[in-house]
Amino acid sequence: MAAVRERKGARDGTGDMYSVLLPTYNERENLPIIVWLLVKYFGESGYKYEIIIIDDGSPDGTLEVAKQLQKIYGEDKILLRPREKKLGLGTAYIHGMQHASGNFIIIMDADLSHHPKFIPEFIKKQKEGNFDIVSGTRYIGNGGVYGWDLKRKLISRGANFLSQVLLRPGASDLTGSFRLYKKTVLQKLVDNCVSKGYVFQMEMIVRARQFNYTIGEVPISFVDRVYGESKLGGNEIVSFLKGLLTLFATT
Amino acid sequence: MTKLAQWLLGLLLLGGVWATVTFDLLDLDPPPACREVFWPLPVYLLVAFGCYSLATIGYRVATFNDCEDAAQELQQQIRQAKEELSRKGMRL
Repeated sequence: MAAVRERKGARDGTGDMYSVLLPTYNERENLPIIVWLLVKYFGESGYKYEIIIIDDGSPDGTLEVAKQLQKIYGEDKILLRPREKKLGLGTAYIHGMQHASGNFIIIMDADLSHHPKFIPEFIKKQKEGNFDIVSGTRYIGNGGVYGWDLKRKLISRGANFLSQVLLRPGASDLTGSFRLYKKTVLQKLVDNCVSKGYVFQMEMIVRARQFNYTIGEVPISFVDRVYGESKLGGNEIVSFLKGLLTLFATT
Repeated sequence: MTKLAQWLLGLLLLGGVWATVTFDLLDLDPPPACREVFWPLPVYLLVAFGCYSLATIGYRVATFNDCEDAAQELQQQIRQAKEELSRKGMRL
């Protein structure tokens, strides 16, 4: 079974390999499904890939689930790189990247809000313009969201407008975290980014512009968390504004 | 140059031009009509920018796509995934 998949995976013929980094924390419900979808769409498109699961000591047994998935899909496809406790996104990417054998890295959320069906589109886009980064965007073309009320949409659009005016980043979705990077590019960005949380995603794109990296964009549909709570409170907004102003003053 | 510096520079330039005309710093003696228009210009610009922002944000909120189909497709795939994974011996 694994051998068959290996041959299928090599159909691409360019030697490119894609490492998907999946940082998880309490995602036992979502993880099997996201992995199934990844395997499905990579299988159909024929690109070579691996999935690196970085679990930050989830108390709900996410790691157990990940181990079962590894048994089903093989240790060459599913790599487990757990950490003891919750240590933040930036370090999760560094940690995951150390073990990545792909020359491209795909970063996405494991909560099913980012659908793997867009990955082949990301890859196509990347090849079209040899982009350093391809970013998914909810804000242009057919992109959009599901499960957001008017208030959430207003905050999102307002925050996006404000950051576009202040930062002029050359990408329409600053806070989205569904992206494909050349590995060397991601390495450099992670080394230079200091923010935490999802301000981190914003900083990555802003620094990318600073380093003159090229950015391609693919519209994505963002389906808000199916299982578990969505996180947007007053705290998030305050930390967003702080991050925005910090980037405004320092980049 | 940081974005902050760019903004300050831009504001300084505009402010300089504005102050020069409004207070006639270079003794060019512009016609009174010109000065009449110039002195409230910052307020006009601010109001115009505010209107533009509100209109843009409003339009974008109104046209924010609701991805019903994507949500339905996902629900269906979740069922498929669960079936197939249980067949492969996964305890869900």
